[in-house]
Amino acid sequence: MLTVSDPKVAVSRLPIGLDEAIHIEKASVQYRVPHERIPTFKEYMIRKLQGKVRHHLFWALKDVNLSVHRGEVFGLIGPNGAGKSTLLKLIARVLRPTEGRVVVRGRVSPLLEMGAGFHAELTGRENVYLNGTILGFTRREIDAKFDHIVDFAELWDFIDAPLRTYSSGMWARLGFAVATDVDPDVLIVDELLSVGDESFQRKSAARIEAFREQGVTILLVSHNMETIASICQRAAWLEHGKLMAVGQVADVVAEYRKNQPH
Amino acid sequence: MKALDRPDLIYDSQDRGNLPLAELREALKYRHLIVQLIRRDILTRYKRSVLGIGWTLLNPLGMMLVLTIVFSQIFKFATVYGYPAYVLSGLLAWTFFAQTTNAAMVNLVWGGGLLNRIYIPRASFGLAAIGTGMVNIVLSTIPLLFVMLITQVPIHPSILFLPVSILLLAAFALGVGLLLSTMAVYFPDVAEMYQIVLTAWMYLTPIIYPEEVLPESIRFWVTHLNPMYYMVNIYRIPTYYGRWPTWPEFLAALAIALVALIVGWIVFSNKSDEYAYRI
Repeated sequence: MLTVSDPKVAVSRLPIGLDEAIHIEKASVQYRVPHERIPTFKEYMIRKLQGKVRHHLFWALKDVNLSVHRGEVFGLIGPNGAGKSTLLKLIARVLRPTEGRVVVRGRVSPLLEMGAGFHAELTGRENVYLNGTILGFTRREIDAKFDHIVDFAELWDFIDAPLRTYSSGMWARLGFAVATDVDPDVLIVDELLSVGDESFQRKSAARIEAFREQGVTILLVSHNMETIASICQRAAWLEHGKLMAVGQVADVVAEYRKNQPH
Repeated sequence: MKALDRPDLIYDSQDRGNLPLAELREALKYRHLIVQLIRRDILTRYKRSVLGIGWTLLNPLGMMLVLTIVFSQIFKFATVYGYPAYVLSGLLAWTFFAQTTNAAMVNLVWGGGLLNRIYIPRASFGLAAIGTGMVNIVLSTIPLLFVMLITQVPIHPSILFLPVSILLLAAFALGVGLLLSTMAVYFPDVAEMYQIVLTAWMYLTPIIYPEEVLPESIRFWVTHLNPMYYMVNIYRIPTYYGRWPTWPEFLAALAIALVALIVGWIVFSNKSDEYAYRI
C-alpha cells in the first residue's frame, strides 16, 4: 500500500497515465446559435441593452470521457451530427473544450481535410512547402522529405505545374502524401481511405498499416462498419454529443447497429 | 515512440497559461508557416498577369499620376518640393496601413476555414498580412526614389532611417489589424464599416494635401490627435523631407506603434480560443 508521502504517488499525479495517448475528461463543447441573425453591430447593441439577445445554446458534445491508449487503433462511430468531428477537433487542438479537459501526448497529424491549405494558383512544389509548414514543419525538414513525398504521390511529372491543372485525384494524392509524411504519434483519419484510384488506395492503406505497426495511435472515423470492425481494436459510439458506448469494437458496433432504424 | 514524452509535445487544454505569451511562442514556432503564407500572397496576387510583380511598382505610380494631374491643376498645393513626390510618399505609407489592416482582418475571418481544420497560431494570418505589406512597401519605395530623382527632390543619407519607419508602421498596422480581426469575428459588419472609416480617415490625414492648407481651427485635431498623422510623417520625413526625424517625432511614432501593438496582441490572443467557435 502506498501512503500519500510515497514518491510513487507523486508520479501517478502526472496529468495522465503514461500509457494514454489521448485523455478526455468530462469534455463538453457548447456552440451558441443565435435564434435570429443580428445583422449589425448597432442593432446588436440596441438589443443587448433591451436584453433581447437570445441564443440557443447547443451542446455539440456533453460530458465525454474517453481514454485512448498508446499504439491503439480506435474507431469512432455514430450518425451524422453526432459530434464525431467536434471530438476530432478537440484532439487536433482546433477547439478548446467549453468545459472539461483534453490531454494529447505527442505530435498529432490530422487527416481531417487533406490539402485544406492548398492554393490552386501555386505549383505542386510550392504547395508541398505551404502545407508542410501548416503541419508545423520547418523549411529544412520539408527539404529533407520532399522527394519522398513526391515519390509517394507519383507526381514528378506535374510537380512544377499549378495545382489548378491537377485532377481531383492528383490533388488528393498530394494532400495525402504530405499529410502522412509526418512521423506522427497520433494520427486522425476521417473517412479518408478512399483517396485516388485503386492502386493508390492500396498504397495509402499500406501506409496506415505501417503506422500501426510502428505503434502510432490511430483514431479512425468511418461510417463503414466493416472498415471499423476489421482495423480497430476498440471503438466508441457517439450520438447527440453523448458517449453511448465504449469498448471492444465488435460489441460497440453490434450495440450501435441494434439501435439504428433500418 | 520518441516524441511522446517530450513535454513540449503534450497538449493540455486546461493549461492555458499566459495567452499573449503563449501566442507569441507559437507564432515563433510557426515562423516558417508565416514566411510561406507571405510567399503565397505575393506569388498568387499577380500570378496570371503578364507584368506580374511589376504591378506593385506601377500601381502607386498610376495613383500618383492621377492625383498629381487632378490636384496640381485644381488646387495648386504649395509643397516644399514637387507635389508628385509629396503625394506618393504619403500614399505609400497610407496604402500600406490600409491594405495590411484590411488583409489581417479578411484573412482571419474568411481565411478559407483553415482555422477550423487544423491548429495553427491564430496570429499567423495577421503576421503574414503585415509581412506581405512590408515586401510591397519596400518594393514600391523604388518608384518613389525614381520620382524623387526626376522631380529633383534631393535624396539625403536620412533615407537610411527608412527601415525603422517601415518597422514602426508595421507594428502599428499589426496592432490595429489584430484589434479589427477580433471585432470582425464577433461582428462581420465591422469589415464593411472599416472601408468607410478608412476613406474618411484618409481625407482627415494630410496625405494628398499639405497640412498647411488646413484652417487653424481644425488643424490641431487632424494632426495631433490622429495617430496616422505621425505614422505617415515618420515615413515621409526621411524620404520626401530628406532629414532625420527629431526625437519628439520619433518617440511619438514609437509610442503609438508600441501601444497599438501591445493592446492589439493582448486583446487578440485573449480571445483566440473563440475564433474556431465563431468562424
